[in-house]
Amino acid sequence: MRYAEMGYHLEIDLATGNVEKVETDPKLTELHLGGLGTSVKQHWDRVPPEVKPFDDENILIFSTGLLNGTPAFSANRTVVSFISPQSELLAYPMMGGFWSAELKHAGYDKIIFSNKSPDWVYLWVKNDKVEIRDARHLKGKGALEVQDLIRDELNEPNAQVAAIGLAGENRCFTASIEQGRSSASRLGGGAIMGDKKIKAVAVRGTGDVHLADGARFFELLQEVKEYINFRNANPIPDVMTILSGIGSPQEMVHTDEKWHSESFAWGNARNRRKGFWTEDIEKSWTRTQLSAIKRLISCYNCPQSCGALISFENLPRYMMKCFSKLTYGMAAYVDNLDFGFKIVQRAQEYGVDGFSTPQILAFAVELKENGILTDKDFEGCPPDEDKEGRFFWLLDRLAHREGIGDILADGTYWAAKRIGNGAEEYAHNNIKKHEQVPIKLGMLDPLYYLMYATNEKISITQIEGNWPQAPFPMREQREGFVKDWPQLPDEKFKQYFIDWELRGDNSIPHFPTPPMCSEIVDWMEMLHNIDDALGLCAGMASFCLKPPYHINNYHKLISAATGMDIDRDELKRKVNRSRNLHRALNNRRGMSRKDEKPPKDHWRYRFPELEEELLTTYYTYKGWNYDGIPTRERLHELDLDYVADDLEQRGILKDGQGQKDHQEHQG
Amino acid sequence: MAKVRKIIKNIKVDADRCNGCRGCEIACSAFHAEPKYSSVNPARSRIRVITHRLRDIWLPVFAGGYTPTECAGRDIYTIDGKEYDECGFCRAACPSRDMFKEPDSGLPLKCDMCEGEDEPLCVKWCLTDVLVYEEREVWVDEETEGRKQEELDIGLESLADKYGLDRLKDAMARMTTKE
Repeated sequence: MRYAEMGYHLEIDLATGNVEKVETDPKLTELHLGGLGTSVKQHWDRVPPEVKPFDDENILIFSTGLLNGTPAFSANRTVVSFISPQSELLAYPMMGGFWSAELKHAGYDKIIFSNKSPDWVYLWVKNDKVEIRDARHLKGKGALEVQDLIRDELNEPNAQVAAIGLAGENRCFTASIEQGRSSASRLGGGAIMGDKKIKAVAVRGTGDVHLADGARFFELLQEVKEYINFRNANPIPDVMTILSGIGSPQEMVHTDEKWHSESFAWGNARNRRKGFWTEDIEKSWTRTQLSAIKRLISCYNCPQSCGALISFENLPRYMMKCFSKLTYGMAAYVDNLDFGFKIVQRAQEYGVDGFSTPQILAFAVELKENGILTDKDFEGCPPDEDKEGRFFWLLDRLAHREGIGDILADGTYWAAKRIGNGAEEYAHNNIKKHEQVPIKLGMLDPLYYLMYATNEKISITQIEGNWPQAPFPMREQREGFVKDWPQLPDEKFKQYFIDWELRGDNSIPHFPTPPMCSEIVDWMEMLHNIDDALGLCAGMASFCLKPPYHINNYHKLISAATGMDIDRDELKRKVNRSRNLHRALNNRRGMSRKDEKPPKDHWRYRFPELEEELLTTYYTYKGWNYDGIPTRERLHELDLDYVADDLEQRGILKDGQGQKDHQEHQG
Repeated sequence: MAKVRKIIKNIKVDADRCNGCRGCEIACSAFHAEPKYSSVNPARSRIRVITHRLRDIWLPVFAGGYTPTECAGRDIYTIDGKEYDECGFCRAACPSRDMFKEPDSGLPLKCDMCEGEDEPLCVKWCLTDVLVYEEREVWVDEETEGRKQEELDIGLESLADKYGLDRLKDAMARMTTKE
């Protein structure tokens, strides 16, 4: 019997309509756990680097994590992976909600789509019954609207449905996959679904998920539960409200937006507006938010309530989470929050990423203001003073790929290339061709420099986490913070934090030092990789301060759930293996040191030599060569000799190239 | 008939607090797994969160008794502007729907308040305080049959209703021969 996992994949060949239930090799679980880990292995084995995002061979995987369907709190993430039309690298946006547990109960760990359907379809999975169904009548329906239409036509009110809207159908590069209150948004999974003509994937499962040692698992969960209750009753002092609790950022609960509205950049990630958060704004925004939210809601098996049911004025209802209530308004320079709640409703039905899309619209506005786009491109657009109307108009054009929208739908990087005439300078907030959170700061932060530059997720919001964003001003505060810190992988981090100061020798950019930064960043990304393999919400683990799940209890839960007897070191080794395989996959697609660059204007004060040192020190720490390619030694340690062979055959890793060459480069 | 002391177990449901996580279903199904905690399956749970997200309906309902016949008439409630589906509040395992039936056998499920535990597991694992457990004492006529016999009767009765008594007898005869 398989424990925690189901031991089967569903293979769907959209060209032939062939459906197969394929038993998986338990050895792969031992090597890569599950979720992102085992999905990366599938992509490595099956998708050669020559495959382009919209080729038939670009497989699309919907994956559960190893702990989805178990009683682990907040184990509800679905990892969707594919070669991104935007970055052209292996992307893995993920969504919470209720879909992944349902797939486990239907009997599968992953659904793997290959090739393309000749016409619009949706997949219906109910336990052993799997149907590719006609979806031509659902074309053009909203991403949220279609979920209920499918439940109704199947007469399956408990089915969980992940779907695309018009943006996905039209292969917009920032198209999302929407599911209830959640979405897999970043890097264009919706476009790949649209390219394959999959309107939705509906799932209902009524089978058991087995635990190897259920009694022990519940004992461990009891400890997690007590800590969740403790943390909910004891927010962390000395940090801003949004960082003080657990769960995803509590944007539906908190109405105090001073920090976001004044610290994040407005427009096309350009200007901070100090003093924006006045008493009048606070009153008006609070009133709007409280009137819009009908109820705070959660994902599957999670005690937090990070999302909300939104009922605003006479608009159709929808569900919201996180930061999207602000992204459109800030990008459009609209000072009222009403606009945010209005436009997100439309954007969600279109199915677009709420981080990238507002920046694309603001980018278009800037290009027009600077004469690069013309009145002709904006023909039919409301006048400039109607900032709200202008954004709605641009969003419509983008989702329909009409006129200028057809170019904008490719995201700022590719749109700028097509527009030319200096437009590239305005696509200024990208890493690896992908729009970043609109933050523009003063002093270079060495930790964030590394996280921004190097992570495979290419999205800072899901890289950072357990380490505080900034030092606390007073030594007493720092000592207080480290006193109770059971989440640490090593006691030495306490000293790093105590020594970290706001100003002086021990402050950014030179402290934490490059070797310390490497250790801290490695810790952060390791946690995210564990969460992504287990299907755990980062909000209860890698993404927040002092979370319920951490490096000192994950392995116990995995052991009790699966029967694999693994310790902390073995867990680290497993995710390090998957991380390096992912790295090598992207290296094989051409990514290397040259691409690991945060936006030029991310910080006002830059230190090119220090940045080079940071990157080199971190690469060395990770066992990668000067170019950021895993060395044969590191790959061998991780049982990935076949990857080293492949990289050598392709000339990406030169024969014998390793740490020595690295040092010579440094020397 | 002798009177015996009986504890009435009551779960108060504050549906307005429910965030829809379904942790109650998970805990219930794990507790009632054989062996205990060895598996999870919300479809086997004796509590279900009836959910219509956009209608703002998150309604935890406990499995009540088995009934062989469905109601002749139905009702649809509207409360605070929210329209609940017909049978929305009903706790019965009945022929009109799949709810509160074992997914494999179709046998009815009934909440037993997690006998032997300090409080029902759904209450214990609901971290948003939707479910609150209460007990009160009453004196009732002594029960003449054990609980297991009652469960057996209910199970057999439902199988007889579903497949007919003759088929059930045949199946029992075949099983007896095998043994």
